[in-house]
Amino acid sequence: MANNDSIKKVLLVAVSLCIVCALLVSSAVVMLKPVQKINKERDLKKNILAAAGLYQEGVSIEEQFEKITTKLVNFETGKFSDDYAVAGFDQRKFAKDSATSTDLGEADIAKIKRRENYGLVYLVGSEGQYDKVILPIRGYGLWSTLWGFVALENDFNTVAGLGFYEHGETPGLGGEVDNPNWKALWPGKEVYRDGEVAIEMVKGNVTEATPHAINKVDGLSGATLTSRGVSNLVQFWMGKMGYESFLDNLRAGEA
Amino acid sequence: MSELKTALTSPVFKNNPIALQILGICSALAVTSSLQVTLVMCISVTLVTAFSSMAVSSIRNHIPSSIRIIVQMVIIASLVIVVDQVLKAYAFAISKQLSVFVGLIITNCIVMGRAEGFAMKNPPLASFVDGIGNGLGYSVVLISVAVVRELFGSGKLFGFEILPVVTNGGWYVPNGLLLLPPSAFFLIGFFIWALRSWKKEQVEKEEFKIAKNTRSVKEAF
Repeated sequence: MANNDSIKKVLLVAVSLCIVCALLVSSAVVMLKPVQKINKERDLKKNILAAAGLYQEGVSIEEQFEKITTKLVNFETGKFSDDYAVAGFDQRKFAKDSATSTDLGEADIAKIKRRENYGLVYLVGSEGQYDKVILPIRGYGLWSTLWGFVALENDFNTVAGLGFYEHGETPGLGGEVDNPNWKALWPGKEVYRDGEVAIEMVKGNVTEATPHAINKVDGLSGATLTSRGVSNLVQFWMGKMGYESFLDNLRAGEA
Repeated sequence: MSELKTALTSPVFKNNPIALQILGICSALAVTSSLQVTLVMCISVTLVTAFSSMAVSSIRNHIPSSIRIIVQMVIIASLVIVVDQVLKAYAFAISKQLSVFVGLIITNCIVMGRAEGFAMKNPPLASFVDGIGNGLGYSVVLISVAVVRELFGSGKLFGFEILPVVTNGGWYVPNGLLLLPPSAFFLIGFFIWALRSWKKEQVEKEEFKIAKNTRSVKEAF
């Protein structure tokens, strides 16, 4: 007992404890990874469905997701692309790699630095007759990048829904982007006015008397910077560097 | 045998970690707005406390005292990561709601407190039982807080509607304050008050007493 504090013993205990604990932790992580991956995918699918307002509780998510087609879009051409397989497409990795993404420079209003050259989109309905399109969006708010989806009706202008599935904004203030009452303000709003991106979040409440109320959504009270961030990121992804040309093509039936 | 029984039952009311030792308040405020999440948290804390106490106790004769806190932390942290991984795999929705608070079990004073205060001096089995007991003590407080908060804050228990709320066409107007973390402060306060009125010996002696007046009122004016 007395020699527990010798340097040799201290090192021995520390090293062997670290080895045992490292083995325990890493085997748990490795063994549970496949199950966790399925959960993550299921959660993503649920968020896609929820953004489009299609999610029903109690029905298997895989079953609900069957009516959704996932396709790859080339941002440059604004057309569907087969350059990469949809299954296993890692969009976040593409966005980080300078070979597969574009430096945004001045156009970077969403503060995401680089935009991937290819992205996934989710379509509801059959080929050429899409009812809704669900587009991944992201951008910087106050503290964190907000990751979400915006769903558009088949005029590819009217918002069908919007939701974020990952963010680190202040709970109660910027975190209110998750508030169902606020999210309910989005459906029915129009993204474009005379061909230009016009959707924005404004301070205070939008009433019928507000000019161009159809393009405006209430800002979050007490969260000016998060509101500005959300406004910017929606404008970015709906704009020229985002999905605008793809949506134009889709509208013309040429995507 | 009776020692083990005491180790198991005494932390529940007699020596409750939250109510008497006032440990582990942080998570008690954060995760108690829904009963289901609370239960998962309670089970996690109980398991972590029990197994970390057992692990610390089984190597207690070999832990150099100069690095004993680090040794305890490493054991606790490893167990917490395992719990976190298991939750992510088998209870994904709940683990998302618990978010950082599973990780914060590492800093829950109850776990550290039992490892340092009990497991370092007692054999593994007694330490394990002590960990379970303290976990139960933590759970009793958390569950009672969660029942009140979920029932009166959103009219539900385990997500099933008990009191029909006005927004769904019922009669009950939910108390929004109860869904916010500060409300747990009031509830834990009430719990401690009730416990101390029942078990008077838990009331601490006053640190200072006002001395008796040495002058009469007449003299003073």
